[in-house]
Amino acid sequence: MHSLAFDVAHMLAGLLVLVSFMMLYQDRLNSLITVLALHASVLGVSVAWQAWSQGEPHLYITAVLAIGFKAIVIPMALRRIIVQLGIHREIEAVGGIGLTMLAGIFLVALSLQVVLPVTTGADPVAREDIALALSVVLLGLLMMVTRRNAVSQVVGFMSLENGIVFAATGARGMPLVVEISVAFSILIAFIVVGIFLFRIRERFDTVDIQALDRFRGERR
Amino acid sequence: MIFGFEPVLLVPLLAAGMLALVANYRISARLNMLASLIAFLAALRMLWFRPTTGAYLFVDDLNIVFIVLGTFVGFTTSAFSASYINHELTTGKLTPVYLRFYHAMYQLMMFGMNLALMANNIGLMWVALELATLTTVLMVGIYRTPAAIEAAWKYFILGSVGIALALFGTILVYMAARTVLGEGVDAMVWTALVAAAPRFDPSLLNLAFVFLLIGYGTKIGLAPLHAWLPDAHAEGPTPISAVLSGLLLNVALYALLRFKILLAANPGALAPGPLMIGLGLLSVIFAAFMLYRRRDIKRLFAYSSIEHMGIMVFAFGMAGPLGNFAGLLQMTMHSLTKSAIFFTVGHIAQVKGSQRLADIGGLTTTHPLLGWGLVAGVAAIAGLPPFGIFMSEFLVLSSTFARSPILALLLGLGLLVAFGALLHRLNGIAFGAPRGPVGPVEASTIPLFVHLALVLIAGFYLPPPVVAWFEHVARMLG
Repeated sequence: MHSLAFDVAHMLAGLLVLVSFMMLYQDRLNSLITVLALHASVLGVSVAWQAWSQGEPHLYITAVLAIGFKAIVIPMALRRIIVQLGIHREIEAVGGIGLTMLAGIFLVALSLQVVLPVTTGADPVAREDIALALSVVLLGLLMMVTRRNAVSQVVGFMSLENGIVFAATGARGMPLVVEISVAFSILIAFIVVGIFLFRIRERFDTVDIQALDRFRGERR
Repeated sequence: MIFGFEPVLLVPLLAAGMLALVANYRISARLNMLASLIAFLAALRMLWFRPTTGAYLFVDDLNIVFIVLGTFVGFTTSAFSASYINHELTTGKLTPVYLRFYHAMYQLMMFGMNLALMANNIGLMWVALELATLTTVLMVGIYRTPAAIEAAWKYFILGSVGIALALFGTILVYMAARTVLGEGVDAMVWTALVAAAPRFDPSLLNLAFVFLLIGYGTKIGLAPLHAWLPDAHAEGPTPISAVLSGLLLNVALYALLRFKILLAANPGALAPGPLMIGLGLLSVIFAAFMLYRRRDIKRLFAYSSIEHMGIMVFAFGMAGPLGNFAGLLQMTMHSLTKSAIFFTVGHIAQVKGSQRLADIGGLTTTHPLLGWGLVAGVAAIAGLPPFGIFMSEFLVLSSTFARSPILALLLGLGLLVAFGALLHRLNGIAFGAPRGPVGPVEASTIPLFVHLALVLIAGFYLPPPVVAWFEHVARMLG
């Protein structure tokens, strides 16, 4: 029995996996961040749909967080970092893009193959959500493995987190504690990353006399 | 009951807030010690006055061991840290502002670890462990050298991925519980989970455990997932190396043990033993061989931590009353010994102005107290007889030998290789002609010798109540 709620949830889940694939073949940082924003937006819509169809209004908070924070605030901040650091706009991927895409397809097949047989008892929405969420998690990992640039690693990590939030909201009635905490942990994690990125700039990008002066100043 | 959980959690939290405001580093170092002492005493008090189990927090016979050990090492490390940071300030490696931040983070980390240990809710446990991880990431990077930033970045990324996978596993556990316990908070409460575990869907539990093992295993530092551990130990301040090895790895191990109990309670689920034995053995053997190629003293002992965490995971994987007992003893002894070693290593690196093994030599003649302290510590960690680790490693080996001689042989090989590597390195550091600067050091050796004395006493005589307690917990672990 496939209701409309099921079909829409399914479509959004598929869309999330599709956007994860789109991330894999981006070769410029700016477009990668745009796709990250798209990823978070799809997540937000999907969470909102779950909130409506499960009748759990508190999930709207997660949806708003996903769209407001992860789709708007973070991409803006990442763009600023790119400009301020003046880092390469082109991303070098380990291995070719074709190979990465093939690995991605393999990972999606793997997660479907792993999850679907063991969750026959669970209700179908949750079951396929978990399978697709695992695909998103694995694609995020793949992204982190194949990119060397710090910013694109963060993007990979965020898409991985998106997959996990998606799984958490797909599991009916999961306590709110976790959802908020996930959002918070992303916030904290991002602050940490921000600090690190700025420190990295301070230490690596200014190998000039000014840096030496400052060093001596500290010692005085 | 009033004053049940609260002091152990609230004292570090309040102290973190206060320490962020105190500018004078001498006062804040004392305050840090005082807060850690109060938390330790409050933890001791819970041995007799057990708080009632709630939906979010609880104390049982298993986690109280971890809490008391953790708060004790937290307290002694804060005492070591007070003498350590003095030197860091005078050499200009840290500024007072950073020190303020460092002390606040130290207490916040203690809060996170205590919360993770006392959490009765698997979601809360995850959040707390994430908090503890983030605070240590910040402290690892505190020197702001390129190497420290690189180490903190690596730790942050690998730790986050690990912890993200652990959350995925936690969600899967909730899904397995939901069909039995119903939707809502109940399906994440550990005491409710373990009571209902026999009725969970075994295949979902299996899948969950794989994620939890990889996720929390990264935090434990098990072999293929250990890459962050040596860097984080080597590049951060030494007190942080001591708490990483002595505390944080244990907390991650504790989280894994909780889920192992859950799995063991379900008759249809896969046995967690073989997976843990495999990863543990791999860590022991891998780390043992890696010990030979180390050039940095803190990295050397970081690899030794990987080896010892491997032994513990192996012992808990073998399970049975004897295996679990040995694992618990090994964990306690390792925490005490490894933090004691880092206490000496911290001061040694300060004297020599370097962590390179090539720059350190002849310590027993130039700095007898530190030198012999290190000799005793390394003898203990390598598993030489009068110390407690000898006893626990002997127990692991002999109980394994009775059940699976081949595994025992492999483990024995790892232990011997590590033993050789450590003694070889110790010879160069402690004996022979002095190398490097030989100036005096302002060091507090009390925490060091308190730890070593405890390990030594445990090697000769374990008080019967402790033995009875560990036996009881070992039975609980199945």
